[in-house]
Amino acid sequence: MSTVESVTPSGAAVVRRPRRVRLLWFLVCLGLIAVLIVASIAVGTRFVPVPTILDALGGADDTLDQAVIRVRIPRTVLALLAGAALAVSGAVFQGVTRNPLADPGILGINMGASLAVVVGLAYFGLSNPNSYIWAAIAGAAISAVFVYAIGSLGRGGPTPLKLALAGAATSAALVSFVTAVILPRNDIAENVQSWQIGGVGGATFERIWQVLPFLGAGLAVCLLSARSLNSLALGDDVAAGLGERVAIARGLASLGAVMLCGATTAICGPIGFVGLVVPHGCRLLVGPDHRWLLPFSALTGAGLLLAADVIGRIVARPGEIDVGIITAFVGAPFFIYIVRRQKVRAL
Amino acid sequence: MTTEHQLTAENLSLGYKDRTVIEGLELAVAPGRVTAIVGANACGKSTLLRSMSRLLSPRAGQVLLDGKEVHKLPAKELARTLGLLPQSPLAPEGITVSDLVGRGRHPHQGVFSRWSVADDTAVAAALEATHTVELADRAVDELSGGQRQRVWIAMALAQETDLLLLDEPTTFLDVQHQVEVLDLLTDLNRSRGTTVVMVLHDLNLAARYCDHLVAIAGGKVHAAGRPCEVLTEDTVRAVFGLDSKVIIDPTSGGPLMLPIGRHHMVA
Ligand SMILES: Nc1ncnc2c1ncn2[C@@H]1O[C@H](COP(=O)(O)OP(=O)(O)O)[C@@H](O)[C@H]1O
Ligand SMILES: [Mg+2]
Repeated sequence: MSTVESVTPSGAAVVRRPRRVRLLWFLVCLGLIAVLIVASIAVGTRFVPVPTILDALGGADDTLDQAVIRVRIPRTVLALLAGAALAVSGAVFQGVTRNPLADPGILGINMGASLAVVVGLAYFGLSNPNSYIWAAIAGAAISAVFVYAIGSLGRGGPTPLKLALAGAATSAALVSFVTAVILPRNDIAENVQSWQIGGVGGATFERIWQVLPFLGAGLAVCLLSARSLNSLALGDDVAAGLGERVAIARGLASLGAVMLCGATTAICGPIGFVGLVVPHGCRLLVGPDHRWLLPFSALTGAGLLLAADVIGRIVARPGEIDVGIITAFVGAPFFIYIVRRQKVRAL
Repeated sequence: MTTEHQLTAENLSLGYKDRTVIEGLELAVAPGRVTAIVGANACGKSTLLRSMSRLLSPRAGQVLLDGKEVHKLPAKELARTLGLLPQSPLAPEGITVSDLVGRGRHPHQGVFSRWSVADDTAVAAALEATHTVELADRAVDELSGGQRQRVWIAMALAQETDLLLLDEPTTFLDVQHQVEVLDLLTDLNRSRGTTVVMVLHDLNLAARYCDHLVAIAGGKVHAAGRPCEVLTEDTVRAVFGLDSKVIIDPTSGGPLMLPIGRHHMVA
């Protein structure tokens, strides 16, 4: 891409000027994440000094501190993965629906995944995590289609507010279904309740391995859709005029996003607002080009969720607050800000 | 110079749900010329343009590009020959002019291909042709209506198609910007041989700027031909239900339509 700098005409040189700015932000994000990783391993009920962390990363595990670290490493990895997945999924849903309020939490998609998992646990005796993940993805897909269909009814098609309302209503209904399923079932209730808030506390490498293929596939589909999302952003007519098969492109990108948020929900429970806040922030940094926006959202989402987890461990010491609660604290005011902004307009 | 493409509609019928908008329409776009389509509001001009660029499937009949049905051509292949600028395109918040114009390169790029020299050259040429080079860095949201319209046309130009369809490219523009846009399209037609098809509201500007004028009424082509043949008092009455007087335009020598309302007559 940079080999032709000198021969390109004046107009084109401008096309890639923001690259340097974007690369700079990329490095800043990476640096912040490195700091957060160290913090995440050091901070908790028991504080671990940094040199011990480095020893443990080198393979030593003879002290109690190092045992603590072995629990915190998978937790850190899961927070990074979940944050990245939710943020990319939010960015893709925003692109597919051209709706600034789209987020797998707000649209009720995470809750659909939750209900599917809970129903699977309660009635179908799902026990191996692979089957939760499939159930969650199916639940996410069904609720995504349902909310989109409801939100498209009536005049003007799926406007931002109508979609958000359809999502909120569906979410509320799904939450009560989940409660109805769990209430009479003492055998699963305890298990499900802590999962239902959304957290990364119970992370193990085994679970991470199980979810990784789904996250990888979802991420790949989303990243390959970046160019299509760029065309869709100009309106369906322009996109079709540019040779985009609009319905197929939408379906494919949504599938990738559903896999990301479904698989994440299966492991962590429903975590809201990451998919809303992160893409908006990233758009300010790198602009609306999805080829930059999606990787950036992944990075920033990873950082944000990890930060939320670390904060949850600090503010409630010696206990913890689940990340789902922290992200809601940050995200809910942000949601209101976007709704109240003068122009809630299509992206 | 571009190769000349034949775009025709044969016995075309179009509609939405239970409404038929266009019925049995026949049209042959003049290759290498500028065609203007006029007609009353809601008579189906946009609908016709959308079906010619494959956005809408015909109920009956077909749209042919060089003898092949456009609805059966691969999407990107068609998009490399025929570009469409719809009536109300959306600019994402915060997008820069150069990014927007660059998106016109979509049909020339594969999923894995990177931005190429050809892409750069096309974008630069499009910016230059539309006099938007100095805007390249600006956000599209903060441009004036006339500037924004030129940027959209630049995006369509970056697509480098031999045929360009534009739906009301001058609506909402001041008169000087309307003329500017139409002059630009004329330059494009004359210098590159691009076939231009545009829907216009202003009959007089349409007659001035096109080689071929098409008037649509009742879902069909009511009249088509050179502006002086089509823009007549009879056509205006039949198509718009309006009495008028058509005189010779002293600046261009073409037809000039003066509407006759119920007031303001010279005794
Ligand atoms: N997406 C659509 N769904 C249903 N009806 C439509 C749609 N688009 C246009 N129409 C109807 O088709 C008719 C022709 O519309 P259009 O082609 O936009 O007219 P024009 O561009 O000539 O003003 C109008 O009556 C309009 O209401
Ligand atoms: Mg129209």
